Amino acid sequence: MSKEPSSQKLPSSKLPSEGVSSKELPKELPPELPMVKITIDGEERECEAGLTVLQACEEAGIEIPRFCYHDRLSIAGNCRMCLVEVSPGPPKPQASCALPINEGMSITTNSPSLQNARKGVMEFLLINHPLDCPICDQGGECDLQDQALAYGFNRGRFSENKRAVGEKYMGPLIKTVMTRCIHCTRCIRFANEVAGVDDIGMLGRGEDVEITTLEKAIDSELSGNVIDLCPVGALTSKPYAFRARSWEVQKSESIDVMDAVGSNIRIDSKNGKVLRVLPRLHEDVNEEWLSDKARFSCDGLARQRLDRPYARNEKKQLVPISWQVALDLVAERIERAKTRIAAVAGEQCDLESMYALKKLLTARGSNKFDARQGGAQFDPSIRSGYLFNTRIANITRADALLIVGANPREDAPIVNARIRQAWLQGGLQQAYGIGTACDVTYPCRWLSEQPQHLLKIASSKDKERLLATLSAARHPMLILGYDALERKDGSDIWRLCGKIAEKANMVREDWNGFNILHRGASAVGACEIGFNQRVDGFMPLLISMAKGEVEVAIIMQADDFDLDSLAKCFTIYIGHHGDRAAQVADVILPSAAYTEKSGIWINMEGRVQMGCAAVPPPGEAQAEWRILRALAEKLDTIPPWNNLQELRTVLWKEHPELAEQDRPLRAVWQSLDDKSNKEFSLHVDPIVTKRENYYMSDPISRASETMSACTRARRELRRKKNAA
Amino acid sequence: MPDSKTAPKSFSFRAAFAERAKKEIAKYPPKRKQSAVLALLDLAQRQNTETNCVTDAAMENIAKILDISRMRLEEIASFYTMIHRKPIGKYHVQCCTTTPCMLRGGDSLVALAEKKLGIRANETTSDGLFTLSRVECIGACANAPAMQINDDFYEDLSEKHVENILDNLAAGKPVTAGSQIKRRGAEPVQHSETSLNKRSGYKVS
Repeated sequence: MSKEPSSQKLPSSKLPSEGVSSKELPKELPPELPMVKITIDGEERECEAGLTVLQACEEAGIEIPRFCYHDRLSIAGNCRMCLVEVSPGPPKPQASCALPINEGMSITTNSPSLQNARKGVMEFLLINHPLDCPICDQGGECDLQDQALAYGFNRGRFSENKRAVGEKYMGPLIKTVMTRCIHCTRCIRFANEVAGVDDIGMLGRGEDVEITTLEKAIDSELSGNVIDLCPVGALTSKPYAFRARSWEVQKSESIDVMDAVGSNIRIDSKNGKVLRVLPRLHEDVNEEWLSDKARFSCDGLARQRLDRPYARNEKKQLVPISWQVALDLVAERIERAKTRIAAVAGEQCDLESMYALKKLLTARGSNKFDARQGGAQFDPSIRSGYLFNTRIANITRADALLIVGANPREDAPIVNARIRQAWLQGGLQQAYGIGTACDVTYPCRWLSEQPQHLLKIASSKDKERLLATLSAARHPMLILGYDALERKDGSDIWRLCGKIAEKANMVREDWNGFNILHRGASAVGACEIGFNQRVDGFMPLLISMAKGEVEVAIIMQADDFDLDSLAKCFTIYIGHHGDRAAQVADVILPSAAYTEKSGIWINMEGRVQMGCAAVPPPGEAQAEWRILRALAEKLDTIPPWNNLQELRTVLWKEHPELAEQDRPLRAVWQSLDDKSNKEFSLHVDPIVTKRENYYMSDPISRASETMSACTRARRELRRKKNAA
Repeated sequence: MPDSKTAPKSFSFRAAFAERAKKEIAKYPPKRKQSAVLALLDLAQRQNTETNCVTDAAMENIAKILDISRMRLEEIASFYTMIHRKPIGKYHVQCCTTTPCMLRGGDSLVALAEKKLGIRANETTSDGLFTLSRVECIGACANAPAMQINDDFYEDLSEKHVENILDNLAAGKPVTAGSQIKRRGAEPVQHSETSLNKRSGYKVS
């Protein structure tokens, strides 16, 4: 995995990467640290005080071998691989990861005696490490293997018995071969610090020491990251076990669509099959972490797939048909329906397909389309009202937080890890929540489930005087989630939260603390291209479909709404899985999943990112934009594009801002209330978390065996917890 | 490390132990009450005179009292050799076999104890009376060979002493801790030469 040198001492206010206009840059820079003059291998350098010797060496471009040290975890200093010589200092080699630099320090990183010392450390590490590389899944991407080659001794001299350790149970995702463990404690530190769970520990002492869990699955949505962190083959991916070698797979860079974070991923595929998904480094989005659903649901891509068009016969059974017949049938029905057509887009749709679908409908004279299948209510014309304005990287600067109707741990585990980081670094003392109380891995006071409590907060009538706390904070944040937005009074809660944000001085020139925590990867994109139109776009659409006002409904990858409403419509399902909506569809047009097409997704902070196809779609399935292009041609409303690039060019011409990659969209704050300024009509029902299962929330993860195993494991965990 | 099936399902500190536990916790600021973890583990183990170990139920209880995660507690309990997570005998006979004791016959004392108790090191007698272990330096080198049984040291041992001590313990008779040759602390053995004797040739000013 590629790693950028970063300093452990100043992660708190890392600036967003280039491409952000200076006006939007956070005003405060981290306080200037004094510079220190040091010499590394005879070359003089100036480094920031507070760096460790290892970090200073990395800055100088010198690689120091290490096993236990990791940029994003606390320093353990127990592998002793990063030895260097320093003077003035003790006459023996020092562990550079735990040694701060000093003025005038002279560092040697490659003397013959150091080479010897490293050889010695390697030899001792290998004493109890099995020689099972040929059957080890880490082979080819193993730190121990690489460093043994670069720094080790060329043979073993150990003839005694090696120690052996029993396997541990860490849940359905992590396979353990603990004899290979070198006790770097990275997994323990990750679980404690980043994931915020105490499930992994080191038991025993001396030679008997063992990394273990208490024989239960790791209760975290980020647990898969310990596989990447493990420098040896002790923790490997269970679903990927013995599937391929790292050098055999084709590596494609893409964007994750399991949540709205837009995590950067690498898709490893072989023979046209996606074998695994790994995170790619992006400092401002997912750092180098990835949620378990994004990482492990990929086996669902090979199951329950729609690989050819289907249509219902006279007996109402779905039978396979050819594309030609399917398109003719669909075109004829659309033709007949005239303007009485509607479309719903799901949470994983790419920008291009939504754009093409919108154009298809508007060309027919219909404006009935929406991508908020949960019925979330907010004004899609106010950009600052639907973005995660603070931006993911800036979460760590927050010092006060109010969560409304969201469980960030399940809605976006990566975002939650950042909030936890803000708390760990001491900036965020206490978070407050409105909604179902849930364990978010940092202290959070769940004040009430009643939306009325927000009114109290807004008028400072609550016991806690939260508004004062938020106003007093330098970087207050409000995170508004879909559990609140998807209510009938969602738009009122949305407006009210905007008001609270303004009252609490969250929205300033240098800081915007108003955030919507989207769940779907398509959410922001749909707003940007006008696929979402009105404040309450979806519910009226659903009602008019149920009433029979819509003759033809095009459902694109949307399976999680009230499908009974489609009973009176001729339903066309464009999607990749035989999930819920495919069961009620009249025609199924098979399309490509996110790994099978190039596409643009805009994440919750408005970052435009492009993913690449890793494998071809199965069977006769096609990318959505192709299907829609062919359909438009049948309807004689030929759009001005013949390929994806032309589609993008047209799209970018209409929305020039979306042409800029990897740069959050600029959002100028616009009051959410100025249009109506009416009273807030809030319902009395409590704000509850509707999502029951983190692991299976979309067609891909519902088809995944791994996710199903995770679901069972978590249910078991909860059952045991409740029993105790 | 699950207990045997007979292990109690619940645990709470009994009167005197609860008092002690409270006192130990009070030694630290409320936010740092986890610091009392070793004291509480020890108390829990002492209270459990049945199996002389910290049971799972006790672990749960301590974790709750100190607001510490079960895993962290398990790490601490497994690190310290004085805390036992598995049942041991009423008398934990720990024979020292580190250098000074080894030179003075520590190994043969282990062999003797093994023969006498009919078990090997790290095993427990079937009557649950004795657990024998071979340990690293217990810090009584000046009185080597030495062994520790529960809280007491037995020093300047000969094979006969060990036999006597084990016999008496098994019979429930009292035993005298400390030097078995009536030496005071680590004072010179009487009538033997030391650097303080005039005869030794050293001048003492």
